Amino acid sequence: MAKYVIKRILLMFFTLFVIMTVCFVLVKLLEPNEILDVTQAEREEAIREALGYNKPILVQYLIYWKNILTAFDFGVSFKIEYLGSVNSVIQDRLLPTILINLYALVFSVPVGILLGIAAALKKNRWQDHVISTLVMLFVSVPSFVYAFILQYLFGAKLGWFPIQMASVSSTGGYFTWEMFSSMILPILALSFGSIASLARFTRAELAESLTSDYMLLARAKGLTVGQATMRHALKNAMVPILPTIIAMFANILTGSLIIEKIFSVPGVGGLYIQSIQELDYNVFMAVTVFYTFIGLAANIIVDLSYGFLDPRIRMGAKK
Amino acid sequence: MMNETNFQNLTAEDFRFAQHADKIRDKKPETKPVGYFRDAWRRFKKNKASIVALCIIVFLILFSIFVPVFSHYDMSFSDPVYRNKIPKNNILAHIGIATGVYEKELNTRAYEYYASIGIGASYDRETDTEDNTQAVGAEYSAIRSIAGKTAERTVTKMDAYLEIGFRYLSVTQEEYDSIVAYEKETGEQVLYPMVDIYDSSVADTEDANYWFKVDETGRAVTDSQGNLEDLYMRDADGNVVYSVSRDVTGKMIRVLYYKYFVYKNGFEPEFLFGTNSVGQDIVVRLASGIRLSLLLAFGVSIINLLIGAIYGTIEGYYGGTTDLIMERIVDILAGLPFIVVATLFQMHFAKTAGIVPALLLAFVLTGWIGTSRRVRTQFYRFKGQEYVLAARTLGAGNFRLMFKHIFPNTLGTIITSSVLVIPSVIFSESMLSYLNIVNLSGTTMTSIGAMLSDGQAVLASFPHVIFFPALVISLLMISFNLFGNGLRDAFNPSLRGVND
Repeated sequence: MAKYVIKRILLMFFTLFVIMTVCFVLVKLLEPNEILDVTQAEREEAIREALGYNKPILVQYLIYWKNILTAFDFGVSFKIEYLGSVNSVIQDRLLPTILINLYALVFSVPVGILLGIAAALKKNRWQDHVISTLVMLFVSVPSFVYAFILQYLFGAKLGWFPIQMASVSSTGGYFTWEMFSSMILPILALSFGSIASLARFTRAELAESLTSDYMLLARAKGLTVGQATMRHALKNAMVPILPTIIAMFANILTGSLIIEKIFSVPGVGGLYIQSIQELDYNVFMAVTVFYTFIGLAANIIVDLSYGFLDPRIRMGAKK
Repeated sequence: MMNETNFQNLTAEDFRFAQHADKIRDKKPETKPVGYFRDAWRRFKKNKASIVALCIIVFLILFSIFVPVFSHYDMSFSDPVYRNKIPKNNILAHIGIATGVYEKELNTRAYEYYASIGIGASYDRETDTEDNTQAVGAEYSAIRSIAGKTAERTVTKMDAYLEIGFRYLSVTQEEYDSIVAYEKETGEQVLYPMVDIYDSSVADTEDANYWFKVDETGRAVTDSQGNLEDLYMRDADGNVVYSVSRDVTGKMIRVLYYKYFVYKNGFEPEFLFGTNSVGQDIVVRLASGIRLSLLLAFGVSIINLLIGAIYGTIEGYYGGTTDLIMERIVDILAGLPFIVVATLFQMHFAKTAGIVPALLLAFVLTGWIGTSRRVRTQFYRFKGQEYVLAARTLGAGNFRLMFKHIFPNTLGTIITSSVLVIPSVIFSESMLSYLNIVNLSGTTMTSIGAMLSDGQAVLASFPHVIFFPALVISLLMISFNLFGNGLRDAFNPSLRGVND
């Protein structure tokens, strides 16, 4: 088991290393930034010199790695936060992204699973048809379409919630009621998709385990339908569902690009778009590394969680 | 029965074939043979949702092909005066949709402003007068009807196209001559008298709709019969003037914009889905967006299928070290976030290779991985089976084994996955162009995502600009997903014989 985990982690870092190298070279081949603020030209020149910008790409690459390994330093932002450290730029943007994703997750996981259970228990009856049709709609319709609908209906027409997320300076913190109410629309827009896919997944898994032989046995030995469903069917159905929920938790760090743009959330997704539009290469590199790392790590966590949750799967065992 | 033991008396006759006249052969099956694809199609037809989805897809494809052929407008058309106009179609208006009319509440001053457009448009050159009854409901009246009235406010039904009213335009002498010639030829009046902008009673010298006299409070001044008093510029003889020379070549004219549009384009302004924020026709742009989405999606799907099938075949068939090395390459590629690839490709290749090829490359770079994994799994399942062994024993080479014997088993899954790639490509493409990572809002082509981005800017005031692109992309996504799911059920042999 430990051997398998170490192997996976080493492989992950190798993959990350290759991707970083390719991205670094591709970014360096682009036109370099010009000096933004002439009054700060001397300071910027010094920073550029320290990062080796006047030396060959290979040397720059070595300096880049040296900084990351020794000081966990991803360089300096030349546009978004002039001459500020990339790390702090990303840290500033993490909280709104995490908050919105976390609220959305806390809302969508129970709702999605409950809808899925309801559909599976009432399979092929009208309740199931209604839920399945809605799920089909919400899985297919792109998230930005219902973001627009929410924005138009509740923001512009009815005026219940602000169209865009409030800024920290106007609400005085992320944990005020005013801030929360401005987050409701993006949270809803993020939730619909995951509710739909969770409900669909739960329905499929539970419907399958409800027809298994062990359910017949449970009923035969005298359990009620409720007991049998709760103790046997649901437990078994949860085995493949839980890892997807774990993956969702791993992904709360990466903001949804589109939802953050629509509701102007000052999050990581928005930062990524901004770094592309303003060609702030160091920020772009750092966010790329961040996204790639989280994607790879989430994969490993999901694969490992299968092993923990399902005793039938033995990690790293010889076939 | 009694002959069974009576062997002594068998004659030669008994040893003749019962049917010696003709040979017995296997009968040809009376029913038609049912192949794999026919079988799948038969099951697919039972799925009503998928059939509906297929019809919607066909409709959207036809829409995207034929709209540019039959439309008055083309991609480069834009008229900034008619920007953000709501849908209008003169034929559909008879049954009450796309009338181009909306409800607007006006105070008295605004009411006078809009009422004056209809009156001003009725200017008669012969008599040098306007017709005061033309304020509401006449051919060129901005106000189509009055829905309600209080002391302060009037609720009106306003035509979004006629409310523009008059405009000052600066034209060259040739253009001016051609307008005059057009007026002579058709009898339509395009040019209207210039307003004397030096008169102190003109409320706004930039706005050509203030041709009437207003008092200090901005209310219109009327004479004893209740007629508006005009402020037209007149020459020494008291005749109205239709143009003012600005410099050597230019002339200022005042036109009723609706009629000017007809003069310029040869047809009345009507936009079935309305116009966007720069006055472009949404129908034509939507057709172009659908075309781009579908072509890109089909292209990506076919290329992914080819690369994925070949890669997966080699991996799955040879196995061992080959498989291990190729799988590691796939692992690395799969770790690349698509959004990063798309961005970098745009930055590097958009200028040299073009935006769309760069986008296509980004989709293809990692897109084939899913297909190759499916093919690989199928190869692992089938390559050890007895029929493959038999074929090898009979002398079939590697190539023949791969493509003749094993590959057909993967067809069902890869066709399904290729169809399901289409909605995801459409979604990603519209997302990238919405985020402006891919810049596709030109005069030659556009993308649904770019249209959504345009529409979001005016979401609150002009929801129709975003409504139609959002509707179309939802329809595309839903129908391709339903169609793909239908195909998956049809091709999945485990559902054979199951009727639900």
